[in-house]
Amino acid sequence: MWAEGESEGLQTLGIVVVVCSSLKLLHYLGLIDLSDDKIEDELEMTMVCHRPEGLEQLEAQTNFTKRELQVLYRGFKNECPSGVVNEDTFKQIYAQFFPHGDASTYAHYLFNAFDTTQTGSVKFEDFVTALSILLRGTVHEKLRWTFNLYDINKDGYINKEEMMDIVKAIYDMMGKYTYPVLKEDTPRQHVDVFFQKMDKNKDGIVTLDEFLESCQEDDNIMRSLQLFQNVM
Amino acid sequence: MAAGVAAWLPFARAAAIGWMPVANCPMPLAPADKNKRQDELIVLNVSGRRFQTWRTTLERYPDTLLGSTEKEFFFNEDTKEYFFDRDPEVFRCVLNFYRTGKLHYPRYECISAYDDELAFYGILPEIIGDCCYEEYKDRKRENAERLMDDNDSENNQESMPSLSFCQTMWRAFENPHTSTLALVFYYVTGFFIAVSVITNVVETVPCGTVPGSKELPCGERYSVAFFCLDTACVMIFTVEYLLRLFAAPSRYRFIRSVMSIIDVVAIMPYYIGLVMTNNEDVSGAFVTLRVFRVFRIFKFSRHSQGLRILGYTLKSCASELGFLLFSLTMAIIIFATVMFYAEKGSSASKFTSIPASFWYTIVTMTTLGYGDMVPKTIAGKIFGSICSLSGVLVIALPVPVIVSNFSRIYHQNQRADKRRAQKKARLARIRVAKTGSSNAYLHSKRNGLLNEALELTGTPEEEHMGKTTSLIESQHHHLLHCLEKTTNHEFIDEQMFEQNCMESSMQNYPSTRSPSLSSHPGLTTTCCSRRSKKTTHLPNSNLPATRLRSMQELSTIHIQGSEQPSLTTSRSSLNLKADDGLRPNCKTSQITTAIISIPTPPALTPEGESRPPPASPGPNTNIPSIASNVVKVSAL
Repeated sequence: MWAEGESEGLQTLGIVVVVCSSLKLLHYLGLIDLSDDKIEDELEMTMVCHRPEGLEQLEAQTNFTKRELQVLYRGFKNECPSGVVNEDTFKQIYAQFFPHGDASTYAHYLFNAFDTTQTGSVKFEDFVTALSILLRGTVHEKLRWTFNLYDINKDGYINKEEMMDIVKAIYDMMGKYTYPVLKEDTPRQHVDVFFQKMDKNKDGIVTLDEFLESCQEDDNIMRSLQLFQNVM
Repeated sequence: MAAGVAAWLPFARAAAIGWMPVANCPMPLAPADKNKRQDELIVLNVSGRRFQTWRTTLERYPDTLLGSTEKEFFFNEDTKEYFFDRDPEVFRCVLNFYRTGKLHYPRYECISAYDDELAFYGILPEIIGDCCYEEYKDRKRENAERLMDDNDSENNQESMPSLSFCQTMWRAFENPHTSTLALVFYYVTGFFIAVSVITNVVETVPCGTVPGSKELPCGERYSVAFFCLDTACVMIFTVEYLLRLFAAPSRYRFIRSVMSIIDVVAIMPYYIGLVMTNNEDVSGAFVTLRVFRVFRIFKFSRHSQGLRILGYTLKSCASELGFLLFSLTMAIIIFATVMFYAEKGSSASKFTSIPASFWYTIVTMTTLGYGDMVPKTIAGKIFGSICSLSGVLVIALPVPVIVSNFSRIYHQNQRADKRRAQKKARLARIRVAKTGSSNAYLHSKRNGLLNEALELTGTPEEEHMGKTTSLIESQHHHLLHCLEKTTNHEFIDEQMFEQNCMESSMQNYPSTRSPSLSSHPGLTTTCCSRRSKKTTHLPNSNLPATRLRSMQELSTIHIQGSEQPSLTTSRSSLNLKADDGLRPNCKTSQITTAIISIPTPPALTPEGESRPPPASPGPNTNIPSIASNVVKVSAL
């Protein structure tokens, strides 16, 4: 039942197949070039290397001794051989200290507080400067740094939403298994108490001066600020 | 906690200053640095091998660690040497780079360890010399592929509840094991592919005779039935293709992919056949198109991994296959020409033209030898035998390359499957490590607090109870303790949490005080008010009194607690003592320590009685089967 046209159709097909495969063959032999996209091996030079200033300069700029700087740098370099910490590494490192809950939000705020120039990476100098304030600075400097940490959008004022974010981040670090059980509005209540204490003129935002004044009035806070004096 | 980040502990503790203004309670005291100011440099001497070289040698490359002032950070004043706590074997290669200017990659070294070392010393891997560069790049690519495999399968396993409908559908199509619906769909399409292919085959089988005419193939005899079957299969395939097209994340890329082309080619003939009438001229083309129906068998490649591996192998061996074809073509042309001219002389020879001789050459070179064309002259026979011998050689040469490629890809796939199977064990190990570290804190809380209590009362036995924790551990626990104080909540382990949940849902509030406990919002109040919280806690211990029967190892306080009247008195007396202890605590806050539940074995109860009780019934991770209630007592 094969008519002429049918066998001719298959013949055409066969010829087309042969022609296509020979073209492909020539392409593979490199005689002609049929492909339109080239695959190239890209030289990946993604390593951003940063070297800190000399030991003497850092010693002059911060309140650490040479030996303490050496210790800090070795630890820093171990985790970040490229010399800068980016936010992911920062979060990973911080999360190792709080295995119960989720420390990534708080680490994000911390990172922004450390990264004073908002470049997205923290160099050793920034790191050591901030640590110098936190561990060896005056009470005034410490409080100012903390105010800067709470002020998420860096506009000079702390409002309730920012404080709510910070407190929520701290509570996140606790994780799920706490006693007593964490309720939904616990952070909100905590923030309310905080604002009652700090917001002197009850205008809903806390300025730096209000913050400094209220903290200096509170003995607990003053005492706890001295707690980490001998950390290094 | 990983040992590597121990050096970052000062940073974490410094960052805790951010919690201080938010906290309402005074913070616990920091652990004293009991040991004298030790030199941080622990001369473990893992890398005790000493290398010596000139300074100028190192300064040849000033943009690396060793060549710049960065190495001053590693200078050890006492021994007047630079101490690096790294692998001495790889350091040998690094130092040779400074000496000779060529960086080599040792074959026995792990690729990621080597990369880490290079990153530490600030050397770019691109400088690796030609002798070792190939090996380095190959190993690196293998490693990257393996990591990507892991990541891909991890991403597939993650449950992403926020997937859109499209994305869930696409995932169901690509990975039939994600849901039962996907599995059903997978098997249904497989079944219909099989049905369709078998139909095509059976259609042509001669099926018995209609009286009065010659044998008909089944397709003509039961044409309606076959047409219905074909329609059903094409319906399914069309629906499947349209669904895939709808769910695809990138429609353009999907249309261009091989599988979708196969799908289209499989269903087009049917539609073209519907559209076309029984026109004589085009029916030839129509029949040709029916041949394409056999492509439906390629749809099985979605269902079979082996087919996919085969296809991938052929694709990756394309150059070897091309070489094989090219050399075969060359040989065919040569031998066909020779045979034609050799056989030209003989009469009635079948070798009518060179293209006609092609058939003979191919059949001979592949050692088929049909025998429909044979040389008759002597020259023809000689050249014919040379042709068949060379055919064997030419075909045998590229085949091992293809085979080894296939073997490599196949083994890679096997490794991927094995890794996926081992992944569960790996995840379990990671989970255990994580809970281990959090349990360590809970455990040491109790042990550590006993230590503190002992020290405060002046007993000389310092580390009598529990294990001695290293300074770093105690600092880490102090940090976690500060967090607890900031938020006024405490860490407990999972079982305790579940019990508390069960209890709070189960209790019918038999005592009047417990409602006030559960609804007590006093979590945000200061520590001093914890006293009142304490009193409301105590009646709570009545509730699991029924469980006390199963607990034999609890302290005397808990055992006393089973009797209600004496409970209140004994507890209140303890309370008073605790209160007395607590009052100066709040005012002066010299030492603020929260003592959480410690299960004291009976041997210790005399000790526990003699002073404000640090012991309260509580969880014991060593005996997880025991259900107990947690009573928190804040005292000195």
